[in-house]
Amino acid sequence: MTARVGVVTFPGSLDDGDAARAVRIAGAEPVRLWHGDPQLHGVDAVVLPGGFSYGDYLRCGAIARFAPVMETIVDAAAGGLPVLGICNGFQILCEAHLLPGALTRNQHLHFRNRDQLLRIESTTTAWTNAFQPGQKVLIPVKNGEGCYVADTATLDELEAEGRVVARYVGGNPNGSQRDIAAITNPAGNVVGIMPHPEHAVEALTGPSLDGLGFFTSVLKHLVGAPA
Amino acid sequence: MTTHPDPVRDTPEAFPAGSAQPVRPSPAAVAPQGAAVPQANPAATTSPANPANPAPAAAAASPAAPGRHAAASATDWSDGVDTVPRAGDTPEELQPYAELGLRDDEYDRIRHILGRRPTQSELAMYSIMWSEHCSYKSSKVHLRQFGEKAPPSDRLLAGIGENAGVVRVSDELAVTFKVESHNHPSFVEPYQGAATGVGGIVRDILAMGARPVAVMDPLRFGAADHPDTARVLPGVVAGVGGYGNCLGLPNIGGEVVFDPCYQGNPLVNALCLGVLPVKRLQKKEATGPGNIVVLMGAKTGRDGIGGVSVLASATFDEGSEQRRPSVQVGDPFIEKLLIEACLELYDAELVVGIQDLGGAGLTCALTETAASAGTGMRVWLERVPLREPSMEPHEILASESQERMLLVVAPDKLDAVLKTCEKWGVLATAIGEVTAPEPDGQPGRLLITWRDQLVVDVPPGSLVDDGPVYARPMREPADLILLQADRAETLPRPSDPDTLRETVLRMIASPNLADKTWVTEQYDRYVLGNTVLAQPEDSGVIRIDERTGLGVALSVDGNGRYARLDPYHGAKLALAEAYRNVAVTGAEPIAVTDCLNFGSPEDPGVMWQFAEAVRGLADGCAELGIPVTGGNVSFYNQTGAAAIHPTPVVGVLGVLENVAERVASGFVPRPGGDHDQLFLLGETHVELSGSEWAWVTHQHLGGVPPQVNLAREKQLAGLLAAAARVGHLSSAHDLSDGGLAQSLVESCLRHGVGARIAVPDRFGGGSMPFVFLFSESSGRVLVSVPRGHEKAFTALCGEHGVPWELIGVTDPAGGALEVHGQFRIRLDELREAHASLLPSLFGGMPPFEVTPAEPAVPAAAATEPVAEGAGDAGDTAEAGTGTQADEAGTVTQIDVVIAPETGGEADPATTAAVGGADATATSAEPATPDAPAGPDHGQPAVQAADQPADGETDGTRPAAGEQPPTSDER
Repeated sequence: MTARVGVVTFPGSLDDGDAARAVRIAGAEPVRLWHGDPQLHGVDAVVLPGGFSYGDYLRCGAIARFAPVMETIVDAAAGGLPVLGICNGFQILCEAHLLPGALTRNQHLHFRNRDQLLRIESTTTAWTNAFQPGQKVLIPVKNGEGCYVADTATLDELEAEGRVVARYVGGNPNGSQRDIAAITNPAGNVVGIMPHPEHAVEALTGPSLDGLGFFTSVLKHLVGAPA
Repeated sequence: MTTHPDPVRDTPEAFPAGSAQPVRPSPAAVAPQGAAVPQANPAATTSPANPANPAPAAAAASPAAPGRHAAASATDWSDGVDTVPRAGDTPEELQPYAELGLRDDEYDRIRHILGRRPTQSELAMYSIMWSEHCSYKSSKVHLRQFGEKAPPSDRLLAGIGENAGVVRVSDELAVTFKVESHNHPSFVEPYQGAATGVGGIVRDILAMGARPVAVMDPLRFGAADHPDTARVLPGVVAGVGGYGNCLGLPNIGGEVVFDPCYQGNPLVNALCLGVLPVKRLQKKEATGPGNIVVLMGAKTGRDGIGGVSVLASATFDEGSEQRRPSVQVGDPFIEKLLIEACLELYDAELVVGIQDLGGAGLTCALTETAASAGTGMRVWLERVPLREPSMEPHEILASESQERMLLVVAPDKLDAVLKTCEKWGVLATAIGEVTAPEPDGQPGRLLITWRDQLVVDVPPGSLVDDGPVYARPMREPADLILLQADRAETLPRPSDPDTLRETVLRMIASPNLADKTWVTEQYDRYVLGNTVLAQPEDSGVIRIDERTGLGVALSVDGNGRYARLDPYHGAKLALAEAYRNVAVTGAEPIAVTDCLNFGSPEDPGVMWQFAEAVRGLADGCAELGIPVTGGNVSFYNQTGAAAIHPTPVVGVLGVLENVAERVASGFVPRPGGDHDQLFLLGETHVELSGSEWAWVTHQHLGGVPPQVNLAREKQLAGLLAAAARVGHLSSAHDLSDGGLAQSLVESCLRHGVGARIAVPDRFGGGSMPFVFLFSESSGRVLVSVPRGHEKAFTALCGEHGVPWELIGVTDPAGGALEVHGQFRIRLDELREAHASLLPSLFGGMPPFEVTPAEPAVPAAAATEPVAEGAGDAGDTAEAGTGTQADEAGTVTQIDVVIAPETGGEADPATTAAVGGADATATSAEPATPDAPAGPDHGQPAVQAADQPADGETDGTRPAAGEQPPTSDER
């Protein structure tokens, strides 16, 4: 049976179509979810895509976390539903307290879009099990507020528990603490990542095919997951 | 006239119950009209869709106090507004038409049209609609050539006069594209000026029924190191990025040009590309009396009031800092919702007509939609949702608040329209109704009331079509003869290797040639997942059909210096460059858009430049067989008496049947150290006037620009498309500003692949190597051809009549750009020179450690210094071809072999040396150390590809004399 992966569209979501395409290329069935609809329509996993949900008014992700669909997702994530938040989705996950810390304005104060090398630090999450530990991947980063910050205790805890999922290498594009590009929750089913794996799934349009691993990982995870 | 059963919802928030039936101002107004005011989306405040836009609140506030309005005005109008009856009663009242930019005769004409003096609202409407910006009154007589000279095209679905031209690219799909200026606002308020420039052009594209899919931005600033450039550029770039990124539109290209002539008059042009199913093409005509006029999107505020007439048509002077409030403020979030809502409305076929609100706001949208249909319109102005309740009628009509569209919908579709808008959290309000033409067959009238008072009663066509048209005086600038006589070809040129090396490094670090990553990194180029090529490639390429791989290529180019020296040929050169940039990707160019940036049309010299540029562009398009589909004119780009260089910016769109076949500009890394062969297509002449070199080195602008030969450009494009289809091209890069040297450096740095170049014999000696590297002759392209394809490729060149010359090889392992006998510069030194200028000027983003653009490339190939001597023998040894020569040996071989490798009938002056050298090359070959043991004479190309064949295929090589003669019209 084909896995069904939901992709949420908030007002101002921009990479929702790209995330759905990546899900499809990875071999799953993308299911479009609407912010105002609390139903998850039986999806096996959820992607919160990049963009500027609700215009990023107030704070990035601060309004989206109150969307009806998010209430359901927060509950389902507690029950083990794999959730990947990309860029704005990462910001939403932090605002929703599914992940610790926050994403703040890039240190250099500019939006930046570049092809970024990452090192995969944790391959035990639902979204990174297809990678090798320490594997370097090339994935576009594009954000204005992607600087990951948390207090020292939180950062130490993330490190100690192996919850730093990916780090920037070859230059930190936004000033994130400890070069953090992606983190996960203690259960490993919720991952937030600032760069955009959905933009690295086709040779023609991306800098690599490295992004596909995030989407194939969740399929592996779903197959292996206890029913 | 339909008597519809009250299709619109009565919403008391927007219209006090007591006045739900507005006074019918004239019998010419609409028939039975029970329609009260539909105020869409009263729930918007509570919907999470629109939390920051508590929409109905202000809308409700506006009409809530109908009687209180009087005191706002400084006039002595007792009732607060200047009504039509009052205008009839007070013919002698003085009106500030001159301050609004209207001339005496224009004002008289308005009075003649109306048979009375205009009301204040009408005066505002005429002044903005008859401004240069909206009426094209100075340019119209010239722009007609675009239509008159246009080649026949069966692709054109909508052309000049529409919001944007629409071109069919397949049976089902069409694309629409247009470039527009937002120059003046961007000088006053760089961020918002640039941001709303993007927003405006995106709505033009949206109004055609298309989904916007990409943007580009040709930008021009004053001197790079001028303090004001440090104010304007970062703001403009952040504005372009801030708006486009938030809309989810990839930015796929553009220009960043610096020249002191743009000091105080930066040019911020914005281009948008959209895609639509052919059958979704939308119209702007407000047809169908009884249909409802709906205003959709953001609320109307005081921003941009007078923006068009005051800003866009006024030369900057000391007071311009005070104009900040006239610049519109953008909200890309609202526009994103507007896009999604409109597309849903189109797909559900709920829209009769649609027009975006841009310059001249509601005035323009109402009059254009009605005038184009010949209908009239009845508008209740107080229904317009306002951001500021104290706004007066003329302000509402002139406001250029962003993110608004005007819809015409059938009464029975209104509910569905409002529902869709509500879903997306977009405010939508029925503000009026389409009315029938006059009983005598004349077009209908536009009647606008404000709280039951008639404030506008005009024939809409009089604002749109009957504006003044001027054939302004023109005179060739007096200094042009002297300017053209002062040729850059007479300037001292570098003539020794050290100076040439230093010149290369200085040129690639100069503002116009330096790497623009600092700018382009601030734009999202990935969103939507269809960007196949983006900056710094010659063209942006977008896939528009995932199923078939169909795509389009787009490039925008202009060269103000060339146009200053010769506006006619300058315009043609801009067209030729954009055309060539599209062609190098392998695409077939099919359509043109233009943004014509000039000084004051009241200056006969500027007017002459404009006329010449338009004539050049129209002639050029006719020669190339591709039509101008739309564009924009921006006049008054001058400060005091100093106008900018005439700057026609030309966008060319091409079609790629399969984007997988696109050709990129960078040299391609070859695992194993294999080489591609480098061919220079076209002819190089001694053409340095107007060049980047003359400007950077001598601050010189004089002479005549390079010759332009559009027939040759067409042949070149045909060759490139054919070669791309059969895989002859590893890379192709246009030559333009900075000449061959610039293209070589860019192609090398793209993926960190070096090259070894030999200067052809006829460019040997004295300053000729410099000419070879820095001449800006047009019609040239640098291509790399994979081994084994060279014979077939050069034969194809012959078929297409394109002169070619083998000038060297790529050198993936070499890590340097080497010009034999002249210089060798390591790639990291080139990169350092090329990449550091913008960060050093504008700061904020320190240069980053270089990561390989292609993961396939071993990092060593990109950045490590080349190992000298035997150290790098491994690459070729692996391929089993014997010993690698040392650097000098290899290059010597290239030099000898290449010199005679020329095709086509080159200019006699530059081909003198070509003739008899062939034999030398042949005999030299076996001595070539890294050539295969036996040259693959006569072997099929496909087999030859298996063997590194640096050595030449002399037996089958077409000698110069064998090439089919090609015409050179010079």
